[in-house]
Amino acid sequence: MATNPKPKTAERLSAAARGEIDRWTAKFPPERRRAALLAALTIVQRENGGWLTPELMEAVADYLDVPPVAVEEVATFYSLYDLAPVGRHKLYVCNSISCWLCGSERLLRHLEQRLGIKAGETTPDGRFTLKQVECLAACGGAPAMMVGGEYHENLTPEKVDTLLARLK
Amino acid sequence: MSANEKAVVPPASDTVTIEVDGRKLQAKKGSMVIQATDAAGIYIPRFCYHAKLPIAANCRMCLVEVEKAPKPMPACATPVAEGMKVFTRSEKARESQKAVMEFLLLNHPLDCPICDQGGECPLQDQALGYGKDDSRYDEAKRVVPDKDIGPLIATFMTRCIHCTRCVRFGQELAGVMEFGALGRGEHTEIRTFLDRSVNSEISGNVIDICPVGALTSKPFQYKARPWELDHHASIAPHDCVGSNIDVQTLRGKVMRVLPRVNESINECWLSDRDRFSYEALNSEERLRVPMIRRNGQWEEVDWRTALDFTVQGLRNVVERHGPDALGALASPIATLEEFYLLAKLVRALGSNNVDHRLRQLDFSDDDRAPLYPALGLTIPELETLDAVLLIGANPRKDQPLLGLRLRKAARRGAAVMAINPLDYDFTHRLAAQVIGKPEEMYAAAAEVVKALGQMGHTAVGEASWIDALSPRPEAERIAQALMQANKKAVLLGPFALGHPQAAGLRAAAQRIAARANATLGVLAEGNSAGAWVAGCVPHRGPLGQPADRGRDTVAMLNEPRKAYLLYGVDPELDVLDGALAAKAMEAAEFVVMASSFKPSVYRSGAIGYAHVLLPLAPFAETAGSFVNTEGRVQRFEAAVKLYGEARPGWKILRVLGDLLGAAGFQYGSLDEVRAELGVPSLFKPTALEAGGAAAPLHTPLADGQLYRIAEVPLYAVDPLVRRAPALQDTADNPRPAARMNASDIKRLNLEPGAAVVVRTVMGEARLQVQTDARVPEGCVLIAAGYPETAMLGAHGPASVVRT
Repeated sequence: MATNPKPKTAERLSAAARGEIDRWTAKFPPERRRAALLAALTIVQRENGGWLTPELMEAVADYLDVPPVAVEEVATFYSLYDLAPVGRHKLYVCNSISCWLCGSERLLRHLEQRLGIKAGETTPDGRFTLKQVECLAACGGAPAMMVGGEYHENLTPEKVDTLLARLK
Repeated sequence: MSANEKAVVPPASDTVTIEVDGRKLQAKKGSMVIQATDAAGIYIPRFCYHAKLPIAANCRMCLVEVEKAPKPMPACATPVAEGMKVFTRSEKARESQKAVMEFLLLNHPLDCPICDQGGECPLQDQALGYGKDDSRYDEAKRVVPDKDIGPLIATFMTRCIHCTRCVRFGQELAGVMEFGALGRGEHTEIRTFLDRSVNSEISGNVIDICPVGALTSKPFQYKARPWELDHHASIAPHDCVGSNIDVQTLRGKVMRVLPRVNESINECWLSDRDRFSYEALNSEERLRVPMIRRNGQWEEVDWRTALDFTVQGLRNVVERHGPDALGALASPIATLEEFYLLAKLVRALGSNNVDHRLRQLDFSDDDRAPLYPALGLTIPELETLDAVLLIGANPRKDQPLLGLRLRKAARRGAAVMAINPLDYDFTHRLAAQVIGKPEEMYAAAAEVVKALGQMGHTAVGEASWIDALSPRPEAERIAQALMQANKKAVLLGPFALGHPQAAGLRAAAQRIAARANATLGVLAEGNSAGAWVAGCVPHRGPLGQPADRGRDTVAMLNEPRKAYLLYGVDPELDVLDGALAAKAMEAAEFVVMASSFKPSVYRSGAIGYAHVLLPLAPFAETAGSFVNTEGRVQRFEAAVKLYGEARPGWKILRVLGDLLGAAGFQYGSLDEVRAELGVPSLFKPTALEAGGAAAPLHTPLADGQLYRIAEVPLYAVDPLVRRAPALQDTADNPRPAARMNASDIKRLNLEPGAAVVVRTVMGEARLQVQTDARVPEGCVLIAAGYPETAMLGAHGPASVVRT
């Protein structure tokens, strides 16, 4: 005898989120619901203020009929998913080779100093989350940073300061 | 010369010829280089490749040089091609292998001296062959915190090399993906979701396949070094599979149990039950010396005194009340030889009251029964089925390795269907399913009979009640799937055998099988097949010879006997109707218990009703044979010396026979017992004779009553597993509760966690309410096999009232 079978957790997702996920699952064969996993996590993360809780990952797993750990694999692999509460603005500094050669490390140090936090942390006022991420595919504009959904390229510490001032 | 001659033979069309290290090999088209070299005995190092798992090619240890390939290729993921030339030990190959080894060792701790895997570690062994004697890596090593993933598997995740064998085992074989590779790159960790426990019934296999010391056995942790252990080939007793095991001992104590590879039975796997039940052998509950109760006092005595006391007691009863006053009940995990001698002893005393079917309620078709409950197929054939109808069967938990075979069939596209009391959590899709209480199951099975008849393949002409049925859509779907399939089987599981109308259900299953031209198989408990062929049933002697019908289990208990001989049985827990058993024992004048364990007050009332306790050697301490569901007879020898004064059962029975003056008990060896019985290597299965299917009995429920389903969970099946602490702590062994679906809980105005008293016609139990979506409407699932629920009896009406 097993313990209780898995509880149905999909209802933790809002109707709106489920509707949006359905648009993605419709693009794939019915037995391949997991193909919508990346989109589903993005939708759910956005709705939850920029980060994923274990409960939401489990709900996505239930909704797409995949094992919860497979969802966690994906959510922990991609740096664009956050698994802890985040600030209003996510500063994603690219750490891959082109940006690194063009001074992303200096940029990161500067940000850490200005915000008083380390990479991976959130400012106490909940305004910024600073994070190093894998290649943003913006090598032509290195060093690059993604803020929210927007790219900022050919950055210098001065440009970053101007940008920070704009982000309330 | 011979090599030239061979070359002349044209290769079969589905093979290609490759050359490995200058040697020509035939390899199957589409197979990988490593499969060809493994078959030819050419060694290539590896960590992630495992013949039974899908290929991942992520450890890179098997890099080899392939002619014309610009870079080294992983042998596990490089398909063979005609004329391919592979070099496994060329300079380029060796260099690549050594480079990979250096990377694998970067973060691996040098804790081999305290690592349980030390001495049987592929990483340690291959580091000797491919590692350098020092490391160029001076930076800090990565540390990964260990996780508590349950009572069976210990984790040392810093040692992990991310081969993902454990992940793939869960995905592909166990059917539940519990491990995953979380994180990325250098931060990758093998973890479970939220570090939850690993709950698969075959989870222990990841300990075997983990090529490093990351996943090791928790009960065996720091107990011994592998090279100190003595190995003893044996057979696992807990289910009808008869898995081949290697019992490993140190200084006369069983330290652990590992699988022995037998492709036609357990492959290289083992169920957790077979792997970890050994803990019971070293339990503090073991009975060390014979004991007798004289004038109300228990005393430890020598064997002679205990046996004389036993003989005297049995004689007294037989003389005063006649031989029919004696009844014998045997545990289904006893050996073939023990069953034979027990039945012979009881019959020598003039009684035929001997049975091992402790969880059966309906014996009315005994005369039609086959020689023994047989699968009717070989175990590997399960994988080749195209349709399977499971009746009262949950192989995933009841016979985990058969569940694994059925999952393979389902993944191949077989239609697996079920008529079950609970909506079991299968690891594959079911093509059709009917869930209902026992009478509903019977009706559904009969509807399948009717549906098959309607499909025109045979005349209907059934019992009038079957003819009058109108099959529900699910029953029709089952009938259709069975008719359409090529290779098919109907399998009756332990719940079907313990069904209140088991005979009717069997007759219905027999008709389904006959009409659909399917094999009818039975998945009985433990060594039940051995008990049948040994004559440990009340109506048949050895090898199915007719015998004057004695009393079956229920008949022995319903009209209590004056004396009982209990052989390896905890009456309250091993008999499905534990309350009935307890009552009968309490009313008896003389109760002999041959048991490996002391009766604890918690588990049984035996302290109060038994008169003699004879310490019985469990399977690891005795020689014997088990007969598995295929009819295969597997002999084994004792793995360890006897605990205390315990004696092998066959010797106890031999001496008892002798002392009772019965003829033919002068055996010098177990071989003489086997020779007398006439034991082949395989008992050929015979068929269940067709017979009448009695109309289903409707159990009326009073207002507010539920139907109690008494299921025996996998870690409550026999005296050994229930005393194996690690298994008892697993998620598969929750505390007994009153399990109902949410709507019944609401209807009864209860809530999960509510304390209730459950009352049946036999007795009552105090339990907590739990939500269980698997339970059908109007039913309450209360596990049997536990002291907390023993007094409720078997299936039947129950009231659930808040305390």
